[in-house]
Amino acid sequence: MSMDVAPRLDIDVLLDDPQTRIVVCCGSGGVGKTTTAAALGVRAAERGRKAVVLTIDPARRLAQSMGIDALDNIPRRVEGIGGGNGGELHAMMLDMKRTFDEFVEAHADPERGRAILANPFYQSLSAGFAGTQEYMAMEKLGQLRARDEWDLIIVDTPPSRSALDFLDAPKRLGSFLDGKFIKVLMAPAKVGGKAGMKFLNVGVSMMTGTVSKVLGGQLMRDVQTFAAAMDTMFGGFRTRAEATYRLLQAPGTAFLVVAAPERDALREAAYFVERLAADQMPLAGLVLNRVHGSGAEQLSAERALAAAEILTLAVDPLDPDDALANAAEGSDPAKNGAGAENLADGGFVDPPSGNAQARNSSAVDPDVSPTSADSSAERLAAGLLRLHAERMQVLGREQRTHDRFTALHPEVPVAQVAALPGDVHDLAGLRAIGERLAVPPERTSRAAG
Amino acid sequence: MSRLHVISGKGGTGKTTVAAALALALAADGRQTLLVEVEGRQGIAQLFETGPLPYEERKIATAPGGGEVHALAIDPEFALLDYLHMFYKLGSAGRALKKLGAIDFATTIAPGLRDVLLTGKACEAVRRKGKDGRFVYDSVVMDAPPTGRITRFLNVNHEVAGLARTGPIHNQAQAVMRVLKSPQTAVHMVTLLEEMPVQETADGIAELRADGLPTGGVIINMVRPAILDHEAVEVAANGQRTAVAKALSLAGLGGARRGGMAERLVDPLLEQAREHAERVALERAQRAELTGLGLPLHELELLTDGIDLAGLYRLAADLRKQWPA
Repeated sequence: MSMDVAPRLDIDVLLDDPQTRIVVCCGSGGVGKTTTAAALGVRAAERGRKAVVLTIDPARRLAQSMGIDALDNIPRRVEGIGGGNGGELHAMMLDMKRTFDEFVEAHADPERGRAILANPFYQSLSAGFAGTQEYMAMEKLGQLRARDEWDLIIVDTPPSRSALDFLDAPKRLGSFLDGKFIKVLMAPAKVGGKAGMKFLNVGVSMMTGTVSKVLGGQLMRDVQTFAAAMDTMFGGFRTRAEATYRLLQAPGTAFLVVAAPERDALREAAYFVERLAADQMPLAGLVLNRVHGSGAEQLSAERALAAAEILTLAVDPLDPDDALANAAEGSDPAKNGAGAENLADGGFVDPPSGNAQARNSSAVDPDVSPTSADSSAERLAAGLLRLHAERMQVLGREQRTHDRFTALHPEVPVAQVAALPGDVHDLAGLRAIGERLAVPPERTSRAAG
Repeated sequence: MSRLHVISGKGGTGKTTVAAALALALAADGRQTLLVEVEGRQGIAQLFETGPLPYEERKIATAPGGGEVHALAIDPEFALLDYLHMFYKLGSAGRALKKLGAIDFATTIAPGLRDVLLTGKACEAVRRKGKDGRFVYDSVVMDAPPTGRITRFLNVNHEVAGLARTGPIHNQAQAVMRVLKSPQTAVHMVTLLEEMPVQETADGIAELRADGLPTGGVIINMVRPAILDHEAVEVAANGQRTAVAKALSLAGLGGARRGGMAERLVDPLLEQAREHAERVALERAQRAELTGLGLPLHELELLTDGIDLAGLYRLAADLRKQWPA
């Protein structure tokens, strides 16, 4: 039992509210962030919203499940959205370089724009090193919002802790632009110009010398050309970053922190929650993916294991060597079709280590022994119990990590999503995830605490 | 024989844990290893149950047989000052650059440089020699960025060498690339037996190969035992239901008659077994995919209680048995 009870995050209330205009999904890698964003998009559209999902580097299969395998920067309509509520879903994949290029084209005069696009320093920067992605995702978000064609924008963020680096963008750009460095960089390029001369005192030229020494002459010139060309644009950059920052803080935005019930993922989730609070960003709640449940929670792992042990001992006296030999046989798929009586045997593919599973099929000939039917049922039952014990151990661990998060952040509403056995390949799969997101898992007392 | 082990893989597959276990494994028998963290998450400190790591190499664990694991969390800003100092003896000028906002520029606004610094620092540790002329570290293990970024991350110095066509930056970038593209380096991928991580692993390896970066092995993490397969579950579900209920009852789990506890357990247990069997089948297919990559496969079992320090040593021992000597 958890000590604190987290309020439940009601996804449908969030998606149905016309005031909700932007949903940002953030979280560490591998927690199902992109899948969550896509599933939210499908659900919102089928509930009547005109939604667009902005994804960043999605797994190919997931993109295909929404029908976007063309890597481009333009939102594409996703076919097959049901609901009959007039909702629509569009999806796009962020093309970083394209977004950066478009930004340059839109904010610089043609000649300057061409100079920037041809600059080697720019080309390498825009091709997408760590960090550029975050800025460009926010730039794209600003653009989509400005077009006002969709009433809901769902954004997936890059898979790293730096996903929230964009929150620092206005400040960093500001300190950079207001600092002297850019002027230092620009100084030699502007020699003779009116602005540059003022800064060309002794200290600055020493500094230029240092920078030049570090960068090397030719790179220095490239950087200078780049900085000179970007000079006017940097201002635009900052204005945009500040506008996007304010947009994110506005009431129409909802941040969802996505996590899996694992220690590392929830630790990162706690970091995101704290970071968003520090920047006064509106957090809607935590989406906890891949939560395991059991229809037989009343049976503890310990009791299930003890019962499995009793059954195993009842069937065969322990002989670990034999058990191992049989296990090796059992894992051979060719053996599995050998005969009806052997099916159950062949089914035991690999006994859990440390739990020698005695099965001496030569000692108990299934054709002769009158107890064969029972003993195969007992073996099956033992297998079922071992599986259950494993499941209950997973449940217990998930509950403990979740409790720890709740103890730290009892105020954060949580939506739990029951684990699926396989991966998501199509709209139906995304729809199923959306359903699980919105409806609390049955039979488990976990959501209710 | 590789000395720089770069550990990548899809997010959530346990890269940091595997990197730490490998650093421990390679430190056996009195060897010295350096475990390098580049993503600034302080995951290594958490794993080894110590406070946050500063930007300095410090001993973090002792391996069986007297070896030592040292750890370093690389901070891009300090790495840049370090780099400036190392190559240009720019102590005070470095501080001046910081005041000007140049360091901010280098580590955030020009983010590619961050990768230059991170890879550069790791390669420096690989090449570093002590007064006795021997390598300071027998191996360096890097907890690297995820699969989607790894090729670009490792190739950043190639890009830089193209940008700065002469001068000290060019030379440094070339030197780093020489280490990264040589057999001294091996890039290992961590994966789970699930579709998306396996697909990313295959894509990542294809990218590494296309760029001439040396691939190492694939580490399948969190492997769970397969207990029952589809056929067994179907046998149980069709016709053996009553017998299974009786068996559960025999084991002391209540009555086998309709409504008895043992009888009520049958359906939920079978449901779990079906999910398990589905997973076993999926895993078999994924394992076949991985085999097709033509790289050495290593396996680490799932520790059901999560990873603590003892668990980490267990994984290290396991890895050591499987690792080529």
